[in-house]
Amino acid sequence: MALSRRGLRRLSRAVRWAVLVLFSIALSFPFYWMLITTFKRTTDLYNLKNNPFLFAERPTLEHLRLLFGETLFLRWLINTTLAGALVVLITLVLALPAAYALARLTGRWGERLGIGIFLTYLVPPTLLFIPLSRVVASLGLQDTIWSIVVVYPSFTIPFSTWLLMGFFKSIPPELEDAAMVDGLTRFQAFARLVVPISLSGILTVVIFTFTLVTQEFVYALTFISSAAHQTVGVGVPIYLVRGDVYYWGSLMAACVIASLPIGFLYNLFLDRFIAGFTFGSVK
Amino acid sequence: MAVVETRGLTKTFKRGQVGAVQNVDLESREGEFLVLLGPSGSGKTTLLRMIAGLEEPTSGEIRIGGVVVNDMTPRERRIAMVFQSYALYPHLTVLGNIVFPLKAQGMPKADREKRAEWATGLLGIGHLMGRKPRELSGGERQRVALARAIVREPSVFLLDEPLSNLDAKLRASAREELEQFQRRVGTTMIYVTHDQIEAMAMGDRVVVMNLGKVRQIGTPAEVYDDPADTFVATFLGSPPMNLVESGPSVVVGFRPEHFRPAGTSTPGGRPLRLKFRCDHEEYLGAERILYGLIEGGPFDGKKVVARLASTYGERFLAGSASDFEVAEKDLKFFDREKGTRTDRVALT
Amino acid sequence: MSRSRQRWLGPVMLLPAIVYVLALVGVPFILAFFYAVGDVKVGSTAYHFVGLQNFRSVLENPTFRRALRNSFVFTIISQALVMVGGNILALTLKDAFRGRRLFRFLILLPWVAPVSIGSIGWKWILDSLYSVINWVLVSLHLVKPLDVPMWLGQPTLAMISVILVHTWHVLPFTTVILLAGWTSIPRDIPEAAAVDGAGYFRTLFQITLPMLLPIINVALLFGVIFTFTDMTVIYILTRGGPYDTTQVLPSLAFFTGILGSDLAEGAAISLFLVPLLGVVAWLMLRTAHRAEVT
Repeated sequence: MALSRRGLRRLSRAVRWAVLVLFSIALSFPFYWMLITTFKRTTDLYNLKNNPFLFAERPTLEHLRLLFGETLFLRWLINTTLAGALVVLITLVLALPAAYALARLTGRWGERLGIGIFLTYLVPPTLLFIPLSRVVASLGLQDTIWSIVVVYPSFTIPFSTWLLMGFFKSIPPELEDAAMVDGLTRFQAFARLVVPISLSGILTVVIFTFTLVTQEFVYALTFISSAAHQTVGVGVPIYLVRGDVYYWGSLMAACVIASLPIGFLYNLFLDRFIAGFTFGSVK
Repeated sequence: MAVVETRGLTKTFKRGQVGAVQNVDLESREGEFLVLLGPSGSGKTTLLRMIAGLEEPTSGEIRIGGVVVNDMTPRERRIAMVFQSYALYPHLTVLGNIVFPLKAQGMPKADREKRAEWATGLLGIGHLMGRKPRELSGGERQRVALARAIVREPSVFLLDEPLSNLDAKLRASAREELEQFQRRVGTTMIYVTHDQIEAMAMGDRVVVMNLGKVRQIGTPAEVYDDPADTFVATFLGSPPMNLVESGPSVVVGFRPEHFRPAGTSTPGGRPLRLKFRCDHEEYLGAERILYGLIEGGPFDGKKVVARLASTYGERFLAGSASDFEVAEKDLKFFDREKGTRTDRVALT
Repeated sequence: MSRSRQRWLGPVMLLPAIVYVLALVGVPFILAFFYAVGDVKVGSTAYHFVGLQNFRSVLENPTFRRALRNSFVFTIISQALVMVGGNILALTLKDAFRGRRLFRFLILLPWVAPVSIGSIGWKWILDSLYSVINWVLVSLHLVKPLDVPMWLGQPTLAMISVILVHTWHVLPFTTVILLAGWTSIPRDIPEAAAVDGAGYFRTLFQITLPMLLPIINVALLFGVIFTFTDMTVIYILTRGGPYDTTQVLPSLAFFTGILGSDLAEGAAISLFLVPLLGVVAWLMLRTAHRAEVT
């Protein structure tokens, strides 16, 4: 081989950088494009003679003004946040004890049940949404935010339980043993010792549950029919049109707001998520 | 002819100012068992990895069989390496592991199997061929790692602390197997360890290293009886050599087993007589370790250790000092500042 | 604390979650079967058993057969791309370097952002008039201005667009999982392979990839489920068009059952997802058994 070892290493490093940059551009380009479109004047956007990568006219905040002033976008943000908070609450109340029970109190059939619970996460909304639409209607929840508040935990609970199981398993059981020797009941040991210790893991679960809520589309589309009650995920692609016309400027502005903040949060907590997820699957 | 040679071999990692390996000159002999001994951070593993080609030297030369190999990949150097964890391929069977290097060489199947049979026969693991690494015990894994190494008929074996992952009990028998293996096969072995007992037991020669520098190279007897500096003197031997300061520029050393009750040391010359007050004794079955202080004289108050065979029955009560002595030839003298060995001096 | 009290604490802590999930997953699941063999319609509570009639009419529908085929084509192609791309990306991200966090953030965006948002973003990029891709192609003189590709309007191109958007969306997720696998390979295994004389490709294909197989399985199975059962990308990009050429099972079920109000037929269509889910679940359980993190 004509290349020396040092040369080969430099070449491989250059290739690695090239691949990384290429992929990063390809994957993040739509968001960059959303950002540019948000601030471009409509006349600039729809003028085919202009170079779309440049601002031919001065940037504008018009689309943002339109978005917040004349559409239901703010309403959707509120709906989504409210639903998210409630779903997170319900999920934690049910998943925390369940995860603890599976991690500590159930032994071998607990292991299998844990896997079973996780498998329910794989049952897709596109299979259940038709019967669920009937269930929601019969409960009188159709076209309200409550329909999704009730239904979403059906997939956030399995996911969170499995994740929390991993976090709990990484805590040495000796801590609870010591607490019980000191006089606490098992449940008290759980509530007063394990939960506070796992706060960072619980926070991770909160973030991921919230993102699951914001990302959901099918149920919200199926159960909620009026624009005012919708979530951001459905409202933006479906209702930010007037007739057949897409108002791309405001639409992209909405996309930016709906995606980038979550992106930051997710990236922050990803390492902890991976730790919990790999711990949960290693025996 | 020297099998492995290094000249001025140095490795500095980017951030550290002190070199991980500093200017090492080494020459291994044909068929010898050479041990690289030192505490963690001494650079012994880095040195081994540079010889293997897994680490690139900052400066200096490595020769194998007389040929400069600095720019050669590990594959081209015809060396075999046994890692601390054995690095067995978990998804391959024992047979698969052993023939893997032969496959990489392009050896035809029939020859591969013959070689594998020879290697497994040599190590007595023929019955394990179909098993996967996770089904094997620690000792069996070591043997598989050795079989995989020997099957390529390398010019030198490199071993990185292969016994440290084994149970203490298993270690002694695994050690013996390794020694026998090397003697039978006759290939040069360079063996890294921090355990001085392993080094003394197995090595034909020992390279004692500390902080990246070679302190001494010699046979076990040489490094033990004739240490080049205070580091070597205290690193080898357990309990370590007693070191006592004598005057502004001299340190005197004597090993615990040479610190004996008066009249029992090796005759010849003028023994150094000291009064020893023992305040603590450990009974280890075959021997007794006595911890205490020297009383009176220029070394008054210095802590020392004595080591007697248990067959010597006399009790040394705490509280009263006894007459002890060290034979003249068992006294070693060191420069107080540099720690290096000096000639015999008069004691103040 | 008495033994008997200890023994029921576990089940009690577990029960609420199980009941909730069973009620909202198990019950609808069973209901789906009932609907598929009945004649349920929106707005009416009548129910008559009709046997396999719904399934028969569904299977005879050419749109359904097209959707079934599309489901497989989209999933297989996008997962193949995701597997190759994910491994390549994981390799570049495996070793720490400055700025890795920034790249990771950029790479994660397609997965983190709601898929509906990402899809509508792509819709703008692929717009028939204002597509930035077309502008680039025209300025590079690769296509004539009046002859630009109709990314979402022409059947073959629409299918390609949908596959690419699916791939774009799932790639970060798969990369993260594969990355966890790549970083779990002990450093001395590839070193031993190097000493044993294996070159780059032999080490890759005979040592590292086989060791990664359990993780690859997990990533693949998740990816298959996410792609096969997704309707969002298609709903937003093409609404299943042009002329139902990009329909897949889930989107067809939605159009039939919800928009078309034929709950029974919609349920029947969506039930065709079950065999695939069953196979995937079985494969996952098998790899979970064999998964060995060294």
